[in-house]
Amino acid sequence: MSSAAPAEIQAAAEDQDSLAAVLRARWEALKGGDVGNLPVIVGIIAITIFFTSKSSIFFSAVNFTNLIGQMAGVTVIAVGIVFVLLIGEIDLSVGYVSAVASVVVAEAQPAGTNHDYPGLVAIGLAILAGALIGAAQGSIIAFVGVPSFVVTLAGLLISQGIVIKALGTQGVIGIQDQKVLDVSNYILTKNTGWIIAIVFTVGLAAASFGTYFSRRRAGLPTGNIIITAARVVFYGGLAFAAVAVCNHYRGVPLVGLIILFVVVLGSYLAGRTSFGRHVYAVGGSAEAARRAGINVKLIRILCFVISGAMAGLGGVILASRLNSVDLTFGGGTLLLDSISAAVIGGVSLFGGRGRVSGALFGGLIIGMISNGTDLLGSADWVKYVTTGSILLAAVTLDTVARRRQAAVGR
Amino acid sequence: MFKSFGSVEALRGVDFEVRAGEVMALVGDNGAGKSTLIKCVAGINSIDSGEILFEGQPVTIHGPKDAAKLGIEVVYQDLALCDNLDVVQNMYLGREVHDPLFRLKEAPMEQRTTETLKSLSVTTIKSVRQPVATLSGGQRQSVAVARAVLWNNRVVFLDEPTAALGVAQTRQVLDLVKRLGEQGLAVVLVSHNLNDVFEVADRITVLRLGRNVGVYEKDKTTVEEIVEAITMGGAPTGQAAA
Repeated sequence: MSSAAPAEIQAAAEDQDSLAAVLRARWEALKGGDVGNLPVIVGIIAITIFFTSKSSIFFSAVNFTNLIGQMAGVTVIAVGIVFVLLIGEIDLSVGYVSAVASVVVAEAQPAGTNHDYPGLVAIGLAILAGALIGAAQGSIIAFVGVPSFVVTLAGLLISQGIVIKALGTQGVIGIQDQKVLDVSNYILTKNTGWIIAIVFTVGLAAASFGTYFSRRRAGLPTGNIIITAARVVFYGGLAFAAVAVCNHYRGVPLVGLIILFVVVLGSYLAGRTSFGRHVYAVGGSAEAARRAGINVKLIRILCFVISGAMAGLGGVILASRLNSVDLTFGGGTLLLDSISAAVIGGVSLFGGRGRVSGALFGGLIIGMISNGTDLLGSADWVKYVTTGSILLAAVTLDTVARRRQAAVGR
Repeated sequence: MFKSFGSVEALRGVDFEVRAGEVMALVGDNGAGKSTLIKCVAGINSIDSGEILFEGQPVTIHGPKDAAKLGIEVVYQDLALCDNLDVVQNMYLGREVHDPLFRLKEAPMEQRTTETLKSLSVTTIKSVRQPVATLSGGQRQSVAVARAVLWNNRVVFLDEPTAALGVAQTRQVLDLVKRLGEQGLAVVLVSHNLNDVFEVADRITVLRLGRNVGVYEKDKTTVEEIVEAITMGGAPTGQAAA
């Protein structure tokens, strides 16, 4: 495969890669309905400007650190939701599955009981519990063919029942284990923060330029090197800026690193592996995927396992943040916030379109609105109406984009 | 190369064969069993009895993967491509090139896609990285056919490849079908359109009510004779069902 491409292909490839041509192609794609991350980034900037103008605290190191803690649970759960949405399904159970996981971690850790497991084991058990619930739901959906909406609605109710039963009359379990508490409360040293930013940027650069040069060797269109470099600088710069702001206060919270890890791992899985490719294929056309020899049932089940496991991890993060688990856990807006985060981040409800990084951007927007309205002392209704409007805008955009893409096709 | 089928419910003892380097047309009215026949060979349906011979050897096909391993590819009239994936991704769907860590190797996949499209003179596709949703009907059909070629398949079934296409695009696809035969593949063309069939096929098999009515050499038959075989089962071998 290393043989050089014929000269004319090489020439054509170079033609396509001039800066002007790349920008023109991007513009065409935009008109064709492929908007990428653009709306969500514009949204983040707009929201930042709005709240900064209203509150002097919003754009501060303390509040930024706080925001990371606030958005962590929703963002991690949303990463799992992305996989389920990508195959064109939905998971309504994640809120209470995360509650089940938090009960598991709480039950597994208390000192002085006969099941006082080390913190990390307790966390592992919680994630496993989420994954198992996901596997059960996914199996019913894949093998029996019951719509995921109904299966996970039942899963929501059953999980809620389990939580009520487990918490019993006492109604609350405190978290004492230091490892579990550390998940949401530990602050990394300032140097560790810088190292994370460096590793992230170097990794991103290696991946981007690695792709660039392997494509060039193969004589394929490479995209413009300046744009590749600009993207690395932009996202690397964001990482350094985030670390700098956190370090201005106490440092990067551990949970920030967990978010980054989950998003990077999820992006890798979805974008660079054959598993991810099959997930998109099932979401695009399950029948075509089946005829191509893809094990559609297995892909479906695995996506629900991922969703359940991420709900489990999200539950651990939330339990750690609240220092306890009680009967209100997993309810409220957790489920809808998680799904909204994925959808606002550009993941299509119709399946097959969107990126894992969308969960991060969507989670950030939802976290910012919640955080900002709290700072302004706005009534709850403002928060709900704003989040609802942004969600509506995101879904509308998705639907219009989809129609445009179809229109360009024929 | 020879294939034969026993009594599947929809196929009441159909013998069917196709040789390398020829275009064999498979025609028949709705419900004649054309689709069932294809699905059996593709591994989507299983056969109740009978056998499939591939290069003289009996083979068993339990799923699309088995068929793919033998080099049998089916190009369906619809539902064959994922609209949200690009051309390269569709060409390699289910058979992606990856390293031991399941990491995709995009460069070689894209390279071979480009080469294959070029060898088939498919020149209208601007970029192999554009989603299939943005392609025209003829281009989509070309991608589906090119996928069959990419995998060095030896038997390619084309199910109604021109059914939804305009005049120019039909032209494109028929040229492609001819080129497949010239490249030494065994091509089975399923079609309702006898004009298309007579243009590209070397031989014609007529199915009726799950039975093989007869095999005709294109040069020694007429459209009228084929139409009669399809509708009345007026076969020279006298196998017609009542």
